[in-house]
Amino acid sequence: IWGSHICRVRGLSSSSSPRVCIVGGGPAGFYTAQQLLKNAAVDIYERLPVPFGLVRFGVAPDHPEVKNVINTFTQTAQHERCSFHGNVNVGKDVTIDELRQAYHAVVLSYGAEGNRSMGIPGEDLPGVFSAKDFVGWYNGLPSNKELHPDLSFETAVILGQGNVALDVARILLAPVEMLKETDITQNALEALAGSKVRRVLIVGRRGPLQIACTIKELREMVNLPNTRADMLPADFEGIAEALKDLPRPRKRLTELMMKAVKEGGDDKAEKCCGFRFFRSPVEVLAGADGKRATGIRLALNKLEGSGESARAEVTGQLEDVDCGLIISSIGYKSIPIDPAVPFDPRRAIVPNEMGRVQDTAGLYCSGWVKRGPTGVIATTMNDSFDTAHVLIQDMEAGKLDLSVNKPGAQAITALLQTRGVRTVLFSQWEKINAEEEKRGKSQGKAREKLLDVDEMLKIAWS
Amino acid sequence: MSACALRVFVQRAAVMRKAAHQTFSQTRAFPQCVTGSYTHSRGINTLTNSLRAEEKVTVHFLNRDGKRITVKALTGESLLDVVVNNDLDIDGFGACEGTLACSTCHLIFEEGVYKKLGAVSDEEMDMLDLAYGLTDTSRLGCQVCLRKDLDGMILRVPDVISDARVDSEKESSTAPPKV
Repeated sequence: IWGSHICRVRGLSSSSSPRVCIVGGGPAGFYTAQQLLKNAAVDIYERLPVPFGLVRFGVAPDHPEVKNVINTFTQTAQHERCSFHGNVNVGKDVTIDELRQAYHAVVLSYGAEGNRSMGIPGEDLPGVFSAKDFVGWYNGLPSNKELHPDLSFETAVILGQGNVALDVARILLAPVEMLKETDITQNALEALAGSKVRRVLIVGRRGPLQIACTIKELREMVNLPNTRADMLPADFEGIAEALKDLPRPRKRLTELMMKAVKEGGDDKAEKCCGFRFFRSPVEVLAGADGKRATGIRLALNKLEGSGESARAEVTGQLEDVDCGLIISSIGYKSIPIDPAVPFDPRRAIVPNEMGRVQDTAGLYCSGWVKRGPTGVIATTMNDSFDTAHVLIQDMEAGKLDLSVNKPGAQAITALLQTRGVRTVLFSQWEKINAEEEKRGKSQGKAREKLLDVDEMLKIAWS
Repeated sequence: MSACALRVFVQRAAVMRKAAHQTFSQTRAFPQCVTGSYTHSRGINTLTNSLRAEEKVTVHFLNRDGKRITVKALTGESLLDVVVNNDLDIDGFGACEGTLACSTCHLIFEEGVYKKLGAVSDEEMDMLDLAYGLTDTSRLGCQVCLRKDLDGMILRVPDVISDARVDSEKESSTAPPKV
């Protein structure tokens, strides 16, 4: 179908333009593609049959506006010089070297599919989950569909105080009415409707002035219906005095927290949510039978230094909290996908200089695999634009040999076929999309996500 | 149909034509100056544009590359609408399509103009707080609508975080890593 297109761009026929391959169909991949399309033909490879990465599987269901970026990604995918290929596992179905042979340049934008572990005893007990998996569960990530978190306990403890932690807390405590029209999966919705969780503690190792979440998420937490704030005034000693010297964003965030401490909230509220500061997890405690988590042991810290660079130091004091659900939200983590690509295991990123992969001409990276797993979509957007500009600079400076014709997707698709791998084109994703919207509509929801890869493929190729 | 309602239809039509496959989220946050629903209406646009020359306002954008872009826009349009409708070359502007879910439409105003704009909602302030290079005269373009008394204003498009610049998280000391 691509061959029959008449290329309307003056002077840039699809056979002579540079060809770039992007590994990863999330925001980094799409934003990098968007900038490169002005100068090159771009193919995006994605492991799942469905595109959009964390925009689909990470952004909370009650934040649909954040997903508006999908409209831009859709435009990019439908650009005549761009093609999307889902259901391709780069590193397994095709190697990076094979991609580098077929393209003038390859960009790694495959994000961070792992998570940092707490590294404490009992971490693998039933009842303990990574936020990555919990979020994947309510957002319909196929590999998390069998998570079956047990929500029959009153107290949940979340380790980490970033926006992901706040999202998890909010989804645990939000009234079902707030969630039932979103794209949250039906099984998660039903589990949450029957949930006995009434109290969520969000634990951080440093103090209120170091909290990593942003004010929008904090405000949503404070405004949750039927939920009162559960804070420890002792955690806020000395904070009021520090307010006047803070830059406006940090000041407003801190003021909102202090307001929640002071006002507490409706005593009649059935649910409560609060922060616990200066605490680090040291052990997950199991009940008498040792079969599942029944509590968590926290070490109390004191702060050395101040501001963003303040450090938590142990005091030796410990505190046990009874809880049946423990979610560690201390960061995602990238993993190496191909031995031919340099990887820094300490920082868990692909080592690079401004997006150029170290010691590997023609290989680039963008997004979390380049800078580490922090930042909102806009951060990844700017980062991806940077990598694209660097790549274009290299093209114009003659650092990539553009005189050689590269076969691109034609060769890769043929190679994949010999290995029994069939790709999902963007127009085929659109069939999955239409089916999800259709199923959602019958339930009054934005969409009902397909949870099963085989089902996705069946619909895509029907 | 009143001129006011027509103008709203035209604005929405122009924005929707820009992104051919866009479907607007139901939760688009309207700045207070814009009311009404949106619709497709190619034909009306040309007609009403010529009828409303007197309601045009000149706006200057000082882009990141130092170049000045001058456009004529209609009163009532948000600054995001202006950028989109005129296809201005500002990378990554308006990622969330005006729903107060990002800060990519961050613009810096002249002090005198900023004071005329009125109070900022908590919702806007919350997102503005995340913008790189925040100033005392910063606003989100999607929340500011053109009026006659803003004619001739100069808007600066702020730089964005990038590898080539100082890491804003260290420089501004306000922003720990956020996800």
